[in-house]
Amino acid sequence: MTKYVIRRFLGLLPTLFIIITISFFIIRVAPGGPFSREKALPKQILENIEKKYHLDEPLIVQYGRYLLDILRGDLGPSFRYKDHDVNYYILNALPDSMVLGLMSLCLALLLGISTGIVSATRQNSVLDYSSMAVAVIGISIPLFVVGPVLMYIFAIRLDLLPTSGWIMADGSWKTAIMPVATLTLPYFAYLARLSRASILETLRSDYVRTARAKGLSPSVIMFKHILKGALLPVVSYLGPAFANIVTGSIVVETIFRVPGLGIFFIQSAINRDYTLIMGTVIVYSVILLIMNFIVDIAYGFMDPRISYT
Amino acid sequence: MKKLVLLLFVLCLALPAFAVDFRIGNGAEPQSLDPHLVSGTVEHRIYMGLFEGLMTYDPRTANPIYGVAQSHTVSSDNLTWTFTLRPGIVWSDGTPITAQQVVDSWLRCLDPNTGAEYASLLTDVIKGAAEFNAGTGPRSGVAVRALDSRTFQFNTKVPAPYVLSMVCHYAFAVVPTHTIAKHGDRWTLPENIVSNGPFVLKEWKPQEVIIAEKNPRYWGARNVKLDRLIFYPSDSYATLYNMYIKGEIDWNTQPPPPELADAAKLRKDFLTEPELASYYYQFNQTKPPFDDVRVRKAFSMSINRKELTEKITRTGQIPAFSYVPEFAGYTPPKGIGENAEQAKKLMAEAGYPGGRGFPEVTILYNTSETHKKIAEYFQQKWEQTLGVDVVLNNQEWATYLDTRKVQQFDLCRAGWVADYQDPFNFLFMWLSDNFDFNDGRYNNPRYDQLIRQANSMQPGPERNKVFAQAETILIEQDHGIMPIYYYVSQNFIDTNKWGGWYPNLLNNHPYWAIYKK
Repeated sequence: MTKYVIRRFLGLLPTLFIIITISFFIIRVAPGGPFSREKALPKQILENIEKKYHLDEPLIVQYGRYLLDILRGDLGPSFRYKDHDVNYYILNALPDSMVLGLMSLCLALLLGISTGIVSATRQNSVLDYSSMAVAVIGISIPLFVVGPVLMYIFAIRLDLLPTSGWIMADGSWKTAIMPVATLTLPYFAYLARLSRASILETLRSDYVRTARAKGLSPSVIMFKHILKGALLPVVSYLGPAFANIVTGSIVVETIFRVPGLGIFFIQSAINRDYTLIMGTVIVYSVILLIMNFIVDIAYGFMDPRISYT
Repeated sequence: MKKLVLLLFVLCLALPAFAVDFRIGNGAEPQSLDPHLVSGTVEHRIYMGLFEGLMTYDPRTANPIYGVAQSHTVSSDNLTWTFTLRPGIVWSDGTPITAQQVVDSWLRCLDPNTGAEYASLLTDVIKGAAEFNAGTGPRSGVAVRALDSRTFQFNTKVPAPYVLSMVCHYAFAVVPTHTIAKHGDRWTLPENIVSNGPFVLKEWKPQEVIIAEKNPRYWGARNVKLDRLIFYPSDSYATLYNMYIKGEIDWNTQPPPPELADAAKLRKDFLTEPELASYYYQFNQTKPPFDDVRVRKAFSMSINRKELTEKITRTGQIPAFSYVPEFAGYTPPKGIGENAEQAKKLMAEAGYPGGRGFPEVTILYNTSETHKKIAEYFQQKWEQTLGVDVVLNNQEWATYLDTRKVQQFDLCRAGWVADYQDPFNFLFMWLSDNFDFNDGRYNNPRYDQLIRQANSMQPGPERNKVFAQAETILIEQDHGIMPIYYYVSQNFIDTNKWGGWYPNLLNNHPYWAIYKK
């Protein structure tokens, strides 16, 4: 088992390397560059700027230079935001996105799995149908509708909450409510449906029938025997979901002014800010790879039928 | 005595309660706080809080008034400008501001290594500047100099009457060269920055907030009534609108979300004001069909600008029939007007009666709901009136620029906001050698000649008349571009609560004038 873990972990490095390489070259294929302007910069100035950022060197040299910089932990200067470098933005923005993401994911897990359990054990009841209806709504309505609607109801009409801001950005605890609620919704919805389906399937299996035959109480059956198996799909889902949610939802962060990483994903692409794009891609990839790795290992502990040799 | 001390102590505790914060919803996160490295209105609003140049803006008219300079003289040929700085004027760290620093600041903007986007304002006007900026001339060739510690002088290439208006712009900023020498690229960080404006940067948290506190060393500090400026960055019109109506910000600089435009218009604190800015389409004149003036005129005459501004854009935009808006001292030509019948006739004359035989043409525009709606309106109008097929091509900004620059369009949406109040700042764009803006490649040697002639004339009505002559050729004779509307600035601010804030043509609002009523 340990050998598997180590092998798997080391395998992450080549994957990351490939991601970085492909991204590095692909972003330079898009038309325009970081210094395209309507009123084009005079030739001499453009040359000087490009020299300053090593954009005049052959692509392969720039690539090599970038790799060496990454190894030293330096993600480079931002081409667009002149006063800070990429490390600064990422180190400042990532914690905000992570906290927002973790809060939302925990809430989504709690609500989603509970709803799934209730729905599965009371299959085809009113409770089941209504929970699943809420879930479908949650998956279908886009975040950029949910967010402003919540803001309108709670901040403007009812005047209960501030419109925007973030607890980690000198806002009160109230600022966390709407962004977390908005971001939780689609994940809760998906988790509810996922757990319901998975539990339903597990309910029919032989070992559960045995447990019932043994006379165990329903809650013991559920929490000790069913969930461990039924939640395998949930664990699978959690890997990418975690990576997705902690690197920032651009919609929720923009609407509620959460100073996270989400906004940099899109803005840096529009601005052709190559270094910031690469920075965000690397952060996302690292988190995604690590989470998938953890999920893989967790599988082994959760389902005794799975063994790694 | 003890009672007095106690009273004073209590008053001091209460003072913070009287501190006046002015909260501004600013728009996107600024690119930089270095005046020489920026080019947007977002950065300009922050610049105006922290820095001041030789001249600054009158809050009511946006005309130039003295800032760092106390007085100026100009030679009789209007080519030599001499400014005297205020006595005892200092930076926020107490270092005196000298004429040599003004020289060094302007040279820094021009220095090719700085990469200043707005260096063009200096290269257009100051003798020797273009050569230094292009790397073909020496630094010493730029005609700027310090005659003594308080006297700054420069020579212009042409007798530009707009010099005073121009030096308000941040390209001409006076920057703390001593701080830059010490901290290099990091001079704008709150712990390093030094400024000379009414406020000093206290805090900067990216995507979150920028806080500036009153600068006690500002020469006009006695009259500054605000204690802090708080800038909130946000890309979302809806969020800023909601923050404003809930009272979380005092001034929203961004327009209302399009769906709420009608609701916003009913509010008394929604202030619109004509702006020196033009929304227009370019014609690609390097190939058919828009190389034919009759086709260009037909397209322009078959739309209804009033209908467009009333039904589509809906926040008080002004239909435009010339490129330069009318303003003090300049009367633009009347344009060719709108006339559907005449338009159809012109199309027939050009060989496309009823639109038959006319190739499918594309409107290129950069991604935005507004541009899309406007383009769709034209598409429909041209189909109905002229019987032609128009296709829309929407590209995000950088791609759109690329496409534009290689003439891969038939019609192309564009906009222009004036940097200073003079017709040259609009009409220079259509000189045949202006490869920055003239992507449609409009080319009329007579136009070029008139523009250059006007720009070298002494200020006065004659000068403006020659500009108007040139614009008449551009619009009425050749119709080299299609004017659509003039922008209006859109701001949310309660002027019953805040005084000293006035809508004006340049949409510039100096903070030293603002006070709480």
